[in-house]
Amino acid sequence: MKKKAVISVTGRDNVGIIAKVSALCAECGANISDISQTVMKEYFAMIMLVEIDGLNLPFTEFVDKVRSLGIENGLEINAMHEDIFDSMHKI
Amino acid sequence: MIETKDIIETINMIRQENLDIRTVTVGMSLFDCVSDDKKRFLNNVYDKITRTAEKLVPVCEDIAKTYGVPIINKRISVTPISLVGGKLDSEGYVESAKVLDRAAANLGVNFIGGFGALVHKGETYCDKQLISSIPEALSTTDYVCSSVNVATTKAGINMDAVKKMGEIIKKTAYLTRDKNSIGCAKLVVFANVPEDNPFMAGAFHGVGEPESIINVGVSGPGVVSSAIKRAGDCSLSELADVIKKTSFKITRVGQLVAHEAAKRLGIPFGIVDLSLAPTPAIGDSVADILEEMGLEACGAHGTTAALAMLNDAVKKGGVMASSHVGGLSGAFIPVSEDAGMIAAVEKGVLSVEKLEAMTSVCSVGLDMIAVPGDTDESVICGVIADEISIGVANTKTTAVRIIPAYGKKVGESVDFGGLLGSAPIMKLRPQSPKRFIDRGGRIPAPIHSLKN
Repeated sequence: MKKKAVISVTGRDNVGIIAKVSALCAECGANISDISQTVMKEYFAMIMLVEIDGLNLPFTEFVDKVRSLGIENGLEINAMHEDIFDSMHKI
Repeated sequence: MIETKDIIETINMIRQENLDIRTVTVGMSLFDCVSDDKKRFLNNVYDKITRTAEKLVPVCEDIAKTYGVPIINKRISVTPISLVGGKLDSEGYVESAKVLDRAAANLGVNFIGGFGALVHKGETYCDKQLISSIPEALSTTDYVCSSVNVATTKAGINMDAVKKMGEIIKKTAYLTRDKNSIGCAKLVVFANVPEDNPFMAGAFHGVGEPESIINVGVSGPGVVSSAIKRAGDCSLSELADVIKKTSFKITRVGQLVAHEAAKRLGIPFGIVDLSLAPTPAIGDSVADILEEMGLEACGAHGTTAALAMLNDAVKKGGVMASSHVGGLSGAFIPVSEDAGMIAAVEKGVLSVEKLEAMTSVCSVGLDMIAVPGDTDESVICGVIADEISIGVANTKTTAVRIIPAYGKKVGESVDFGGLLGSAPIMKLRPQSPKRFIDRGGRIPAPIHSLKN
């Protein structure tokens, strides 16, 4: 099983954000395996599942880069290792 | 494949509902530090602590970043110092507290626990020296926490120790008077103290524990409270299920972090503590949960029943989520560390008497209660004796962390900052239990302690 992380993007406006996050993933060697999007009230939430085995930098640094991208674009973007979701929601 | 709604639920729990890991605590034995030479002993202690927990803070920061869940405190617990101090006198114990403090400061941890003694049946020479050093030790250190176990269900209550602790608490309050008597916030008197508790001020590394161990405590009152809110007007049976499911999820995060910390630090995993630990942050309150369950205010009649149900459901949900549970494992009801409790006290709904009743169904005891600075020593002893007897009679852990805030009166409040929060000064009954306390001796163990 490949190791994966969840990138979550939440905010009011999503113009061009998929392109920006995708570009960052490509730059860091994270392979996008799934994208989904939902709208909650006036907010949208985009969830990306990425494979992190091929990262060319430590995962914690990738987390920082993703977060900074969010701050630059006025969005909240976070990357979290998928184990936390698996632990919580799978028995 | 993880479902989107589950991902959003987890993210909301962390971002909106204050789900976090309250503490990753490394417990370690100091038995191999023993020496008849004071200097060598102190050097051994410093070296052992800083070597064993060298990577604790960076590893926790890495884990927090990897999983996106905050780890609020990193802590250390050590063998009760009275068990390893040998022939140290009172001053020597103060020096050892300073060494613990220096080790904690250099490692960047938030607290170090274990400056304490186990005197449930009686005091040794070492226990006496250590206990008498507590006020000075706590007034000259920042990170050191102290606990004294004065009773067990098996041994009964050491009332001489209860009397002594009344004096020690008053003295500690006086010596730390310039900081709102904060020393007392780092001193706790126990009955049936657990040996693997990751929470302060009562954490220490018990004698039955291995060389070193990782114990983890989770904080999730906000998550439980929100889940109850979403459940709406359901029956209590359904509500218990909601709490169980939520507790399962919270505890799984604790288990994940504990497992990962153990792996990265090369220290075995001990336990996850199932306590619901509040923080002073708005929305991270056990009192809020009780009110969300349907009470007009925490402290109203019905509070004990609601708390009993909450505590039980949290354990039932949590126990399946972790391979080993331990520590205190019950809802905490510290006054100063819980915005909802503070509000209930200020409204005049929550009294010391009601809190005492609540502690008979949850963990841990009368916690972070600020009382007038001029409270008589014997009254404090009476408070301790009452609370401790609840633990002894019910074969559970109870404790007292009471702050006779120097120079303060009912109606005022004291602010300790950070996780310790701020506490309104609460009223105690002024009638004296002095004659009862002065009798000394031991209250015999209850009959149901004879189980063999």
